[in-house]
Amino acid sequence: MNSWPELDRFLQTDPRDAGCDKAMELLHVYAEMTVADPRAAELAYPEVAAHLRACGPCAEDLEGLLAAVRTDLTEQ
Amino acid sequence: MGMRASGSPPERVADETPVPDEWVRALSGGGFERERATARLHEMLLRVARAEVRRRSGQLRISGPELDDLAYQAAADAVLAVIAKIGQFRGESRFTTWAYKFVIFEVSGKIGRHFWRHPAVPLEAGDWDRLPDRFGLDPARESEWRDLARALRRAVEEELTEHQRRVFTAIWVDGVPLDALVAELGSNRNALYKTMFDARRKLRASLVANGYLHENPVRHS
Repeated sequence: MNSWPELDRFLQTDPRDAGCDKAMELLHVYAEMTVADPRAAELAYPEVAAHLRACGPCAEDLEGLLAAVRTDLTEQ
Repeated sequence: MGMRASGSPPERVADETPVPDEWVRALSGGGFERERATARLHEMLLRVARAEVRRRSGQLRISGPELDDLAYQAAADAVLAVIAKIGQFRGESRFTTWAYKFVIFEVSGKIGRHFWRHPAVPLEAGDWDRLPDRFGLDPARESEWRDLARALRRAVEEELTEHQRRVFTAIWVDGVPLDALVAELGSNRNALYKTMFDARRKLRASLVANGYLHENPVRHS
C-alpha cells in the first residue's frame, strides 16, 4: 500500500484549498504575517495555508517574497 | 500584524525614497516626481529580481548575462504591473512587500517560459516508463508499485477528461513545471491548478475504491 508514498500524498486534496488566484492576491499580507509569526498566518488564512502546502509554484513565490522582506528587515 | 503597513520608517528612508502614501501619489501623478519614483521603484524591483533569479538558478540552465537579462525584464514588467495596479494597493502590507510580489510573479512567469527554450521533455511525451527513476521508487518493492502505476494509468485513461489527462500527464508523468505548462497552453496558474486539483481528487477516489490506496482523512494543521 505504501510503495509510492509521494503519489499518495500528491493525490490528497484539502477542501479548504483557496486556489492560486486567492493565494496570489493575499501573498503580500501572508508573507508579512509569516515573517512575524508563521503560525498566526496559518490560523488567519487557513485556506491560503492549505493551498501553499499543495501548490509548489505558489509556495516558491512565497519563499521568494519572504527572502525579499527579510532582506529589507535586516538592512534597516 | 506586527509589521508597519509602510514601505520603510520615514526617519530611515533615503532622501529619494517615497513613503507609502507618497509612493501612491507619486506613481499616480505625473511629471518629474513620477519619473523619479518610477526609477526608484525599478531599482528596488531589479534588486529583488536579481536575488530571486539567483535563488532559483538551479531550475534554469542559464547563468551570467542571460540570467541578469531575465531579472531585468522581470523588473521592467513588474514596474508596469505596479503602476497599472497602484489603485489596488490598500495598505494591508508595506508598499514594498506589495510591489515585490509582482516582481516575484514576473520571475516565475519568465522562468516558466524559459523552460521551453531547452525543454527536458517535449510536451505530451507521456513517458510512463520514466516514473520509477523520476520518483526513485524502491526496486525491492517493484511488484507493488508496478501494480499501483498500472492502476493509476488506467484511472487516468478512464476517469479524467481529455484536458485533465493532458495536464496531469504533462505535470505528473513528464515533470513539466506548472508555470511552463501555463506558458505553453496560454492558460493561467489558477486554471491549471484547478484542473490538477480535480484530477487528483478523481484519481485518488478511483485508487481508493479499487483498494490501491487507503482512504486517509486530510490532516488539517
